[in-house]
Amino acid sequence: MADTGTATIEKVSIIVSKGSLEGIYPALIMANGARAEGIEADLFFTFFGLDAVTKKQYDHIKLATVGNPGLHLPTLLGGLPGVPDLITRYMERKMEKLDIPPIPEFIEMIADTGAGIYACKASVDLFELDKDDLIDQVQGVITVGEFYEHAAGGQIVYT
Amino acid sequence: MPTTTYDGTSVTVDEEGFFTDPGRWTEPMADQIAREQGIETLTDRHWQVIKFMRAEYTVKGTGPTVRVLGKASGVSVKELYQLFPKGPAKTAAKIAGIPKPRGCI
Repeated sequence: MADTGTATIEKVSIIVSKGSLEGIYPALIMANGARAEGIEADLFFTFFGLDAVTKKQYDHIKLATVGNPGLHLPTLLGGLPGVPDLITRYMERKMEKLDIPPIPEFIEMIADTGAGIYACKASVDLFELDKDDLIDQVQGVITVGEFYEHAAGGQIVYT
Repeated sequence: MPTTTYDGTSVTVDEEGFFTDPGRWTEPMADQIAREQGIETLTDRHWQVIKFMRAEYTVKGTGPTVRVLGKASGVSVKELYQLFPKGPAKTAAKIAGIPKPRGCI
């Protein structure tokens, strides 16, 4: 890659601000894919994105079945009891067939690749969480200023 | 297609340096390819991954992803990245003389 003479990306810092299945996966795939290419990567979980690294929530991430035109499902139908679970399970099964890991396994794997995993301090305070509420892979609860320090010299991707 | 010489044998590679014909690869070529990738010495652990890559490619026609490597090669994801810091699946595929794996995971 580096010997092709073209410009390369050396480092990415990916911000995850959404707590839905479709909000979290693209960021995880991008971070993991960056590491697979030898690119340094950090994940910064903020606002509802914190669910992806919260012990109580990260195994129960749901697909948004309401207000999600891309799903091509009438919003009224998407709001019926049980429908979010059903559609989420359907999507998870499809992803499993494509060898895309469930979120908990994926985050563990991304941490093992050497990527940094951080939680946003303002959001942790807002949701009244402690470091203990977050999964062990979270390396730190950091401020926005610290995030920029970590991100220095790389590309920032907001999702 | 560019050609390059490993262990005194001329082989064709793609623009990124991956073998286009894995059948041309021989084990003695691995050390030189590894050095070009910044790996000075191939240990037994490297070889375990390289041989797994070759075996998977032979069966499936494509190299395994890092996830598959971590689950099935006997080398954990953490160690894979220590052995191949510039990307285990990509680097090991290059050293093993197989095309670049194209998975997203």
